[in-house]
Amino acid sequence: MILGIDVGGTHTDAVLIEGRDVLEKVKVPTNSDNLGGSLLEVAEQLLGTAGSRYPERVVFSTTISTNAIVQDAVSTVGMILANGPGIPPSYITTDENARFVSGYVNHRGIIVVPVDRREVEVIAKSFHKKGIANIVVAGKFSTRNPRLELDIDDIVGSRFAHVSLGHRMSGNLNFPRRVATTYLNAAVWDIYRNFVDVVNAFINRFGKRFPVYILKADGGTLEINRSADYPAQTILSGPAASVMGILSLADCVEDAVALDIGGTTTDIALFADGVPLLEPRGMTIGKYKTLIRGLRTRSIGIGGDSAVRFEHGGFVIGPHRLGPAAAFGGPTPTPTDAMIVLGLTSPDGRRKAEKALEPLAARAGVSLENAAREIFDETCRHIARAVTAMIEEVNAQPVYTIHELLEGKVLRPTVLHVVGGPAEPMAPRIAEYLNCRAEIPPHAEVANAVGAALARTTTELTLLADTEEKTLTIVEEGIRIPISSGFSREEAAEICLDRLRERALAMGAREEDLELEITEDQSFNMVRGFYTAGKNIRIKAQVKPGLIAGVERGDPSCTR
Amino acid sequence: MHPVKRTGLIFFPAFDWAISPTHPEREERLLYTQDQVFEEGLLDYENISEYKPGLAGTDDINRVHICVPDASAVCTESHLISAGGAITAADKVLRGDVDNAFALVRPPGHHAMRVVHGARGFCNINIEAIMVEYIRRHYGHRKIAIVDTDCHHGDGSQDIFWHDPDTLYISVHQDGRTLYPGTGFPNETGGPNALGYTLNIPLPPETSEEGFLFALDNLILPVLEDFKPDIIINSAGQDNHYSDPITNMNFTAQGYAILTDRLKPHIAVLEGGYSVETALPYINVGIILAMAGIDYSFVKEPDYNPAALRQDPEVTAYIERLVPALYDQWRQRGSLKASSDAGTFERRSRSIYYDTDNIHEEQIESVRICDECGGVVTIDSMASTGNRIFAVIVPGRACAACRREGEAIFAATKSGDVYRYVYLQDRDRDVFTRK
Repeated sequence: MILGIDVGGTHTDAVLIEGRDVLEKVKVPTNSDNLGGSLLEVAEQLLGTAGSRYPERVVFSTTISTNAIVQDAVSTVGMILANGPGIPPSYITTDENARFVSGYVNHRGIIVVPVDRREVEVIAKSFHKKGIANIVVAGKFSTRNPRLELDIDDIVGSRFAHVSLGHRMSGNLNFPRRVATTYLNAAVWDIYRNFVDVVNAFINRFGKRFPVYILKADGGTLEINRSADYPAQTILSGPAASVMGILSLADCVEDAVALDIGGTTTDIALFADGVPLLEPRGMTIGKYKTLIRGLRTRSIGIGGDSAVRFEHGGFVIGPHRLGPAAAFGGPTPTPTDAMIVLGLTSPDGRRKAEKALEPLAARAGVSLENAAREIFDETCRHIARAVTAMIEEVNAQPVYTIHELLEGKVLRPTVLHVVGGPAEPMAPRIAEYLNCRAEIPPHAEVANAVGAALARTTTELTLLADTEEKTLTIVEEGIRIPISSGFSREEAAEICLDRLRERALAMGAREEDLELEITEDQSFNMVRGFYTAGKNIRIKAQVKPGLIAGVERGDPSCTR
Repeated sequence: MHPVKRTGLIFFPAFDWAISPTHPEREERLLYTQDQVFEEGLLDYENISEYKPGLAGTDDINRVHICVPDASAVCTESHLISAGGAITAADKVLRGDVDNAFALVRPPGHHAMRVVHGARGFCNINIEAIMVEYIRRHYGHRKIAIVDTDCHHGDGSQDIFWHDPDTLYISVHQDGRTLYPGTGFPNETGGPNALGYTLNIPLPPETSEEGFLFALDNLILPVLEDFKPDIIINSAGQDNHYSDPITNMNFTAQGYAILTDRLKPHIAVLEGGYSVETALPYINVGIILAMAGIDYSFVKEPDYNPAALRQDPEVTAYIERLVPALYDQWRQRGSLKASSDAGTFERRSRSIYYDTDNIHEEQIESVRICDECGGVVTIDSMASTGNRIFAVIVPGRACAACRREGEAIFAATKSGDVYRYVYLQDRDRDVFTRK
């Protein structure tokens, strides 16, 4: 039995789940003034219904970090940044507490200019004077060699309550994003740490230990105490909960589209062979472009309650929502009103819906029925167009080898999974425009909580080997060890997978959930003069985003 | 602050292609450039967009080259992608999606001549030339300038546009007496119908930022101002860098960025540049920033030392003599033309060596002297592969007389005993025939 809770912007969903069977479900409004409190209230309520049974795990998806960032309710952070040549510092950050130091690492991971101890000491003192307790140490190419960041941490780290190190955030390249990500991590560290403490106290009350996990933006989970130092990973887990919900409630094995149609917006996600697609460079939150690994989702301003206008000879849907549907007392006609008039959904408020649509029909010079039909069709078409654009964008994504360019995977979804209020009436029509089969998963109203409950622990790892420099770097762990000049790509891949397994287990994964895969595997001969000086090996591996073992497709307990 | 420009980037490092494992043109070549571009976060800038390269088609190649025996025999997919990348860059600019674009693709192309029996100077097909003729065909632009800043003379581009007065080909390079391919002297100024429209600026070894920028400001930019091209293309070779292993110049990443900033090319296409670790990452970032109108003043090689790169006064003096002389030559290009021999043919015979594939070619090229158009061209080419071919090239905007003459020669020349194939490349009508 697993307890899954998703704290969304408006609703908090919670489920108790066994296999893929939903035993209990609750949906309550979110109290945004006390996110932690309302989450635990729901947990307590559901655990109460379970009687004397304890869940084997509890998974939360929370907006605590996200809200803190969006509302700018974050701690002041001091930043020590090692930028080296390239983009001017002012393009990286203009934060008043950012200090650029002279040391730097180049693309090969070679320390070109070492850390100037005095320079760092002076910066640390100035932060102290300002009462800054959390700091960031981030360097350009620290994912090629974390040593410089570690050196700075060794010199001044112990003087601060928290230090976020750039290379721990992600193994990927992109210095401005590394700075933003590390900044956010340090900025929400206090507020998130507090949340972890509250959850631990709550769990302790039960006298029995059960593991608690937090959902990340990539649709994977992380044991809560392991997440305490990496709160940035918990940002934007909402869309991930929804996508993982669809993955767990639907039998998704092929290329597919997932839609979550709400009142104001519709979220689109894509699956390639049943695996949700990730954002290639990282998530964006407000003005921050980050390296946070997250699912690729698009949100468009169209939903059941979008305001409908008649303009330039056609109906225009959204992007604004001015209130609920006219049928329920709202100020403007909406797609929901059109669906009521067409008899596609429950006829409550039909009279009001008709009244709201009549002026539009008159302006368009068509019957009420035809106006409703056209509004409904345009709403579905609009969503289908956005889906098509997103698929095209994925397929147009640059690749860097001839093999991928000529024979790379082309995404061609055949199924459309839809959740959200107007899923029933809209799914078939949108599917028609997309030339797909429509499916509406059961328990769609609590899909987010189910998704959180059943998501497996994920993580990734980057390994670099330079046989000329004779070094091996395991980026996200900050490890750099010597290797022989004969070190091979095969050895590198093996080490990478072993270390990934250990890392995933330490983050709370169960052995049976570990579906590992190598996502990048490159080896380049480094030629200097006309001789091969060594090999530059780059391996990346991940635990694939997916469901925990025991509830996967084909499991007898969940055939419907 | 510079005005921000929308810049397209077509980045194709072809990580799975090399001429041979230790060849300069190998998988590793753009690896560190990619690292630097990604780490700087350049692709996150609102005004920089990355595009996937398209594939060039046989039509695109046949519009420029006479491939022996045919296009598919002389190029692989990697060449189609690299030419396709240049075409994608052109499409993005000319459709107005971006203000300028940089095709950071490999393999390069500027040593590939009109007739192609194989690879020379690491090049099989001329990707800029293919792009130029594609632009003319699909967008109708006539006057195009190519400024080739590769350290090696772009003898292939020169050959292809030798008779074309609508294409101004300017090459600035290390003096041919000291470097492959050993051509590109001031007296190579174009065929009889296009005299002056080939402009070679051979600079002495160890020319630094100072010398390159002197030639840019006092020759290249004023000539462009006179020519008034519709489009400026930069063959952006990067081997003038002080750390390049196969050349002897002292140019820098800052220098390349400043040059790009002043030249303002609509399209830049990567050519050579083999200092893959210490130069290319910085030069390419500098070029991208300069094209996008972003401050590039912090782009410097880790070992950059201006004192060590200071230009020898003798080099400076040489360049200060050369540049005004070449500018005079450009201004007097109208009087270079001999008294009108219109209607007669002028021929040149040449030996061409394909260093990469070790092929020798003997070529006799004739052009009809014409006051109306670029003149019909015929080529008799015999290669050490045993292939001998004959080609007739009807130029773009061909006059009636040149067309008549070309068609008659093609009709009268038989394939078989002497010539394995006879080709007609009608650039004006975009028709390519082989018999």
